[in-house]
Amino acid sequence: MEIGPGQFLLARLDDVARWAQSSSVWPLTMGLACCAIEMMTVTSAEYDIARLGSEVFRSSPRQADLMIVSGRVSQKMAPVVKRLYDQMADPKWVISMGACASSGGVFDNYAVIQGVDTVIPVDVYVPGCPPTPDGLLYAVNLIQQQIREGGRGGILARS
Amino acid sequence: MSMSTTPLTPEIVSQEGNAMVLSMGPQHPSTHGVLQIMLEIEGETVVKAEPEIGYLHTGIEKNCENLFWSQAQTNVERMDYLAPSSNALCYVLAVEKLLGITNQIPERAQVIRVLQAELTRIASHCVQLGTHAIDLGAISVFFYCFDLRENILDLQEAAGGARMHPNYLRVGGVNGDLPDGYLARLDALIEKFPGRMKDLRGLLQANPIFQDRTIDVGHLSPEDAIAWNVTGPSLRGSGIAYDVRKAFPYSGYEHYSFDVPTRAECDAYARFLVRLDEMEESMRIVEQARKKLDAAGPVVIDDPKIFAPPKETIALSMEALIHHFKIVSEGFRVPPGDVYQSVEGPRGELGYYIVSNGENKPYRVRTRPASLYNLQALKGMAPGNLIADLVVQIGSLDPVFGEVDR
Repeated sequence: MEIGPGQFLLARLDDVARWAQSSSVWPLTMGLACCAIEMMTVTSAEYDIARLGSEVFRSSPRQADLMIVSGRVSQKMAPVVKRLYDQMADPKWVISMGACASSGGVFDNYAVIQGVDTVIPVDVYVPGCPPTPDGLLYAVNLIQQQIREGGRGGILARS
Repeated sequence: MSMSTTPLTPEIVSQEGNAMVLSMGPQHPSTHGVLQIMLEIEGETVVKAEPEIGYLHTGIEKNCENLFWSQAQTNVERMDYLAPSSNALCYVLAVEKLLGITNQIPERAQVIRVLQAELTRIASHCVQLGTHAIDLGAISVFFYCFDLRENILDLQEAAGGARMHPNYLRVGGVNGDLPDGYLARLDALIEKFPGRMKDLRGLLQANPIFQDRTIDVGHLSPEDAIAWNVTGPSLRGSGIAYDVRKAFPYSGYEHYSFDVPTRAECDAYARFLVRLDEMEESMRIVEQARKKLDAAGPVVIDDPKIFAPPKETIALSMEALIHHFKIVSEGFRVPPGDVYQSVEGPRGELGYYIVSNGENKPYRVRTRPASLYNLQALKGMAPGNLIADLVVQIGSLDPVFGEVDR
């Protein structure tokens, strides 16, 4: 479709905003364990998360939209994860990457939180130990889909 | 180094003069995981650095005590997640020593083990180089490194079924022979490797910015390195040619010809060069192992009490069925005793001290993680340098926190 001079498009502001929002989901640089390496791998040439507009890993939680909990969350780390989540600006989304973050994985013991969803709300769970980068890309796709359908991330989950 | 359960508060670090206390981490892009460093700084200069570890404490050693010997191996692979096959190799060697079957491991299995250990070393150094370069602002190195790593992970996936934690090495051998087409893909990697190394060297070795950031930064004298128990490339960057593969050969390493690269400059740049050289030496070993793989042979020990007989046989032989049932439902038992076994992992001497009380589960699995000891050197390195140099120092020591905290 080509727009000539004097022509214009009409759309709902909501739709445009969601389209823009879903195409620029910036994740937080927060690597925890093994899964963090696969999280880094999605930015490499082979998988190239830049195709989805999510290659901008932000080191500050205040500039990030998406938290990828990549690995086992220890009892000592859980308060830090919670604080980082609280510092992120609304709307925000969370991917629980891998078996450990989702359920504690093989580490059913005193040291590991049995699922990060006991600490913060999770939007998408990715199975695997660790999940393949393709799995993580699919999870980001699902987040985008949620955004386009009007999901408001953590705001709904907490209210 | 402290490992308290409550985070350090500013009062714990002494404050004198104009010093300010800054907490670096545990969520920081350049601490390579979940390391927290309490810094006492004057302006940009570090006066004191106190690493705070334990943010990834997983209780793996304790977990192992409740698992069969073979199940515990899946757990130890998740310690040093950049080099799972090195962990697996060390663990299976230790258990085999306890079982007294070290001499019965088939030749082909040993070659495959060496192959996996060296490939995993190259992949691990790729991650180190890529992330180290990103810390210093050189983004493109990361893509070259991860491309090479991707090829190696593809091979791991072909052999073991998983990209990162293949669990391919087993007590008694390896889990099945290499799949069809594996050797052709390995040949392709061997062919591609020299060009990729040339790229890496071209991008970094003579790069003036990289040299400015790393030369004379993170000085680690040989005396300090020994005093702190530093091993691996970090020790060899200080001019000491200690390598477990040479000092205490295992898995037939004495039959491979390779050099132990060292540098006498003792700085971050020296450690970087040692790692590059080491990748090439590893590839030399891979090439030699590749030549030995042409001849077919068994890949597991012929002892159904330790390694279940082939699946096809259980429909034909009652004994095979029983052995299968026994191995799957209660594992194998290991005679009482204790053993220490170490291997040269990508980060240095990786060791397991394993105690058995004769059960089908380990009584104690104590790890000697190379990263933990290497990280100790940071405390002595940091004072007097800029915060920006601290990033270089951490990167050049290459700690992996799955291993430090366990």
